[in-house]
Amino acid sequence: MGRYVLRRLLQMVPVFIGSTLLIFLMVNVMGDPVAGLCGERQCDPATAAQLRREFGLDRPLWQQYLTYMGNVFTGDFGTAFNGQPVTELMATAFPVTIRLTVVAILFEIVVGITLGVLTGLRRGRPVDTAVLLLTLVVISVPTFVSGLVLQLLLGVQWGWIRPSVSPAAGFGELLVPGLVLASVSLAYVTRLTRTSIAENKRSDYVRTAVAKGLPRHRVITRHLLRNSLIPVVTFIGFDIGALMGGAIVTERIFNIHGVGYQLYQGILRQNTQTVVGFVTVLVLVFLVANLLVDLLYAVLDPRIRYA
Amino acid sequence: MRRIAPARGAACALAMGLAATGCGGGPGSGAYGGAVFSASWTDPQNPLEPANTNEVQGGKVLDMVFRGLKRYNAKTGRAENMVAESIETRDSRNFTIRLKPGWTFSNGEEVTARSFVDAWNYGASLRNNQKNAYFFGYIDGFDKIHPSSGRQSADTLSGLRVIDARTFTVRLNQTFSSFPATLGYNAFVPLPRAFFTDHAAWLKRPVGNGPYTIGSYTRGAQMSLKKWDGYPGPDRARNGGVMLVVYTDYNTAYTDLMSGNLDLVDDVPAAQLKNVRTDLEDRYINTPAGIIQTLAFPYYDKAWNRPGAEKVRTGLSMAIDRRQITDKIFRQTRTPATDWTSPVLGTAGGYRAGLCGSACDYDPARAKRLIEEGGGLPGGRFTISYNADSGSHKEWVDAVCNSINNALGDSKACVGNPVGTFADFRNRIGQHKMNGPFRAGWQMDYPLIQNFLQPLYYTDASSNDGKWSNGTFDRLVDRANAQTDPPKAVATFQKAEEVVRDNMAAIPLWYQNGSAGYSQRLSDVALNPFSVPVYNEIKVS
Repeated sequence: MGRYVLRRLLQMVPVFIGSTLLIFLMVNVMGDPVAGLCGERQCDPATAAQLRREFGLDRPLWQQYLTYMGNVFTGDFGTAFNGQPVTELMATAFPVTIRLTVVAILFEIVVGITLGVLTGLRRGRPVDTAVLLLTLVVISVPTFVSGLVLQLLLGVQWGWIRPSVSPAAGFGELLVPGLVLASVSLAYVTRLTRTSIAENKRSDYVRTAVAKGLPRHRVITRHLLRNSLIPVVTFIGFDIGALMGGAIVTERIFNIHGVGYQLYQGILRQNTQTVVGFVTVLVLVFLVANLLVDLLYAVLDPRIRYA
Repeated sequence: MRRIAPARGAACALAMGLAATGCGGGPGSGAYGGAVFSASWTDPQNPLEPANTNEVQGGKVLDMVFRGLKRYNAKTGRAENMVAESIETRDSRNFTIRLKPGWTFSNGEEVTARSFVDAWNYGASLRNNQKNAYFFGYIDGFDKIHPSSGRQSADTLSGLRVIDARTFTVRLNQTFSSFPATLGYNAFVPLPRAFFTDHAAWLKRPVGNGPYTIGSYTRGAQMSLKKWDGYPGPDRARNGGVMLVVYTDYNTAYTDLMSGNLDLVDDVPAAQLKNVRTDLEDRYINTPAGIIQTLAFPYYDKAWNRPGAEKVRTGLSMAIDRRQITDKIFRQTRTPATDWTSPVLGTAGGYRAGLCGSACDYDPARAKRLIEEGGGLPGGRFTISYNADSGSHKEWVDAVCNSINNALGDSKACVGNPVGTFADFRNRIGQHKMNGPFRAGWQMDYPLIQNFLQPLYYTDASSNDGKWSNGTFDRLVDRANAQTDPPKAVATFQKAEEVVRDNMAAIPLWYQNGSAGYSQRLSDVALNPFSVPVYNEIKVS
């Protein structure tokens, strides 16, 4: 187990270097960021040259990348064009996005799996059909539509919530944005759980458990659900990374100043340092989440062993 | 220390949603002359140094926290003395500036001649990377402190001299009669010693001499500005303070206004324009701002710079149905342009409606004929480039192309060419990679006709993106700048503008308005010619 984890961690190194290099190159392809700093006019050449020197943009690309990576390993992610260190931006943005992701994932787990179990056990009944239809609707409606509709209904029409989230972004305020963010994945989790449960319900070990005279809830939670969760856990693990980076739309609608907001602004202002820094951290999150998912397999299914 | 600021912001935001009273308060909250209101904001692109702030969002804050020598009247746009008592000159080149007594910064420091001279030297100095440095380019010695290449050989502008605590002189490197009127621009405000001695702390919480002081500032999230009770100026704040809240998307700000969580949105998003009248009734303002949108041409491209091309350009101008586009797409938040300046200048300031004449009237038949006479479109078709990341540029560019295509009876003559980001768009312009007309917007720095012509059309000027060059135009501008009598100077600038028209150096499209919506708690809301709300005049009930 320990060796397996170590091997996986070592595998992350090339992935990490490769992905940061790719991002670095992509941001650079967008062109000279200094040009966008002076509004609708040419930056005066002396100031522009000075700025390029300061941000290291006058050096060859490979040198820029090496300097950047060197700084990253000492914890320095560079400075954004507004003079703020990128680490400072991260310190304000990541806690917000992590809270949002936690809310979304909790929705997926609690609501998604419950509905999945419910429908899986009652296949073909009215409940099943209703939930299936509902998930179909949720999957087919884009996030920005559901987000805007909920915002208008709950925020303006009924006045239950503030349409925008305050800079503090506490858990309470993030409930609705979290639900919007989770909605599509939630529908997938429901469907995945449902299929998996329905399939395993007819398996031998479930019949054995029932024959042993175990109580129904024990059959479902200990035997049926545990075995059915593997595909769901894989999906949720992937989703953690996807939600953190992909919250741009939701964050924009509810004015949440998280990772999505910083990335969006970084791209608009061609701020290499911000974009590469944030994406690097997201890559790490993704890698770690995947490792955790793989380790969870062994917990769920004792037949899976890592060496 | 960092953990405290967001927590305070939270309490504040909650209070804002309910009653919006005394946000960001501290000792003496009760002494305010009125309640605090909240207003939409966007994260400023640059650090909040006066000579480094070249966009509206940072400018808003500077406008509240600073007062310069002059200030532009919010209604007339005229430059009026603020900190200055008098600005005198005999030759339009040497100016003696006297300050009014009694002005102080909010930290108690007196505003002296040195506060200005030090600030200007800082702004002009190359090593400080100030993006507005070129504003000091008229002052003698600028080429030493800010050489176009190489190291700077001076730390101060030789044209600035402190005479006594309240007097300093400015010597320019050329005659420039409207120089005093440019001094209302944010780059020219005075700075306290703290700016130089503890720069980092100052940037976290800028200190100035304006009607507001900064209470707390959480970068990227919000800023609370409090009324400064000891403000010595004539335009004291008529409210207790302003809470600026950063929005990523102004549609959300608008939704917040609708639900009563925000008091003032200073830019109504295009998507809401069709319902803004029913949503806000008379709490919606739509007033002219000093912004003109044009189509510029790449004169470095032979195809657009050959003899006869001016006929093609004029023809294109006549093929655009401006009225229909401003009505349908912009819902009258823009007005068809009939000259190259802006109505906010007023006729005395140089705005002349109809100066463009028939060249700006929609006349598809003549347009087609003119383009044919001029040798036709280069290659038979062209693109209009624009940045797709901000504004609603795609809509109007497509509409302009449609209008041109209809006039020419060729559905492929004109197509839009979107460029992903503004930075990339500016990049291509800077590298002379445009091969057809491109979007050009101009927001004035100060309300002078000079500012609408010289930076845009003078040979090698900073915003002459198309590299248009015309000797007659340059000579007329030089002559106008040297004229000491303002009406004569304006008349000469208008002559220069006629040269722009005769060559159709750029196609004027429309004048842009500023728009804002506000809650029922506010009254006396107005936008100044820079489309920034006049915050200090707003009353809260």
